[in-house]
Amino acid sequence: MKISREDVLKVAGLAHLGLSPAEVELYREQLDAILTYVDKLKELDTSGVEPMAQVLHAAAGSRGEEKHPELREDVLVPCDVAQPVLAGAPEAKAPFFRVPRVIATGEVESE
Amino acid sequence: MTTPASWTVSSVRSALQAREISARELAADFLGRIENRNRELNAYLTVSPERAYKQADQIDAAIARGETLPSLAGVPIAIKDVISTRGLRTTCASKMLENYVPPYDATAVERLDRAGAVFLGKTNCDEFAMGGSNENSAYGPVHNPVALDRVPGGSSGGSAAAVAAGLAVAALGTDTGGSIRQPASFCGVAGLMPTYGRVSRYGLVAFASSLDKIGPFATNIADAAAVLSVIAGHDANDSTSADVSVANYPAEAERRVQGLRIGVPEDYFGAGLDSEVKEKVQTGIALLERLGCRRISLQMPHTDYAIAAYYILATAEASSNLARYDGVRYGLRVPGGTLTEMYRNTREGGFGPEVKRRIMLGTYVLSSGYYDAYYLRAQRVRSLIARDFTDAFQKVDAIVTPTAPTPAFRLGEKSADPLQMYLADIYTVTGSLAGVPGISVPCGKTRAGLPVGMQIFAPHFSEGSLFRIARAFESAGGFAI
Repeated sequence: MKISREDVLKVAGLAHLGLSPAEVELYREQLDAILTYVDKLKELDTSGVEPMAQVLHAAAGSRGEEKHPELREDVLVPCDVAQPVLAGAPEAKAPFFRVPRVIATGEVESE
Repeated sequence: MTTPASWTVSSVRSALQAREISARELAADFLGRIENRNRELNAYLTVSPERAYKQADQIDAAIARGETLPSLAGVPIAIKDVISTRGLRTTCASKMLENYVPPYDATAVERLDRAGAVFLGKTNCDEFAMGGSNENSAYGPVHNPVALDRVPGGSSGGSAAAVAAGLAVAALGTDTGGSIRQPASFCGVAGLMPTYGRVSRYGLVAFASSLDKIGPFATNIADAAAVLSVIAGHDANDSTSADVSVANYPAEAERRVQGLRIGVPEDYFGAGLDSEVKEKVQTGIALLERLGCRRISLQMPHTDYAIAAYYILATAEASSNLARYDGVRYGLRVPGGTLTEMYRNTREGGFGPEVKRRIMLGTYVLSSGYYDAYYLRAQRVRSLIARDFTDAFQKVDAIVTPTAPTPAFRLGEKSADPLQMYLADIYTVTGSLAGVPGISVPCGKTRAGLPVGMQIFAPHFSEGSLFRIARAFESAGGFAI
């Protein structure tokens, strides 16, 4: 078994995903099957192979060069979208988004 | 007034210029068809008559003034609902964004708009583009117009179905691991995944940023080439968009294919491939040979590892990208006593099962202690798969394969087993990882009448070669082989 019930709960916590008890068991089984399958990557010797994070630089052959053609000039441009953006928020009080309290009353978060 | 069942970009243009039909009448005709057929197909999630008529009226006014029309003037087009449209609801087929209205157009949409395209509406898909059957939509699956009890493929199933059913002349889809090519194959239309970076992703709701591409669906190659010509090109709003010149794709499509070297990777024709699909694609390759292409047998030794690498990388990127849906800035909020409870409740209530599964998998492979074993290893394997393509393109101009191992399967047939569904992406994810362009073209039908797709890959930024081969294949009757 690649993944336990506790692992599933830990991962759900990291991802801020609420899961029902039935979902916990379902995902445990399904993730277990998928993780078992992807273990086939271990058959390959990847020592000395560069990890590929981006297509374009590999395609352009510019690895190691200092040029960054993907970067544009750092110039200020007007960005007047606050009103429509706030209008689409679940709860807003311009110029802020409103959220529930972060720290419970009378309690100081220890972390 | 005639309204032929299948309009094309060029027939729309000549009909408008000859004043046989107005852009408004054409838009009304398509909106009427959607009204009639969408109940059974569920291809559109949102229909946008207001935006369609506004654009159509502008085209009609331009015609009245005798102006030269832009390249897609009056052409009715559908947009996959993961691509942002200003003032037009963009749900990503998720409850999370049920009422989300973007304040801006994606660059691809803006370019189509400037080219005169008429937007009919937003098409259904798998939630956040995650799936291969369209059954993961929060708003119900799309039905394949060729066989209503079958899936249209996914994730861009609504776009493929809309074009196949004549509910749009062309459509935009997105392809991360096969989400344009596989539904094109299942519905019997052409679908192009451009090179990574060829089309700006600005305004595309992110799933896996190193793999996501926007591309066209059409019933014929000339139309697909016309749409790509409009949407391709560098965009300062997407740092991963490539500053590489855009070819004249419609002209490229008309070039002869004689002497082109076509690679056929033996690894793509082995176990798991449906015998009728295999037969059709082999017949398609034989037709290309008769057209003067040279067939060269290839080995692509890392093909078998592509699914595993893809599902690690795509889910890792998804888990990060989808962290933004937290009930704070847009979309759904499910209340909770504290901020953390609100996050959890919102994400529990807003995401469907496949999206949760992928967030879980992606979070797991990125979590402390597992990163090297999964994510980093998958990135190294991605290099090996990309190298398979680089090596192949030393010897050939294009690679031809089946698009999918089977024709369209029945609704519900695979939905209980996510791993089996993932394995069906075997022929498309390789090119996705390498970032090369790929097209799926119709290649006949099975005895049961289900469409088969043939896939063609070419080197980075060689979309012109894809259109060239696909167009020659089309002209020679390959679509109905």
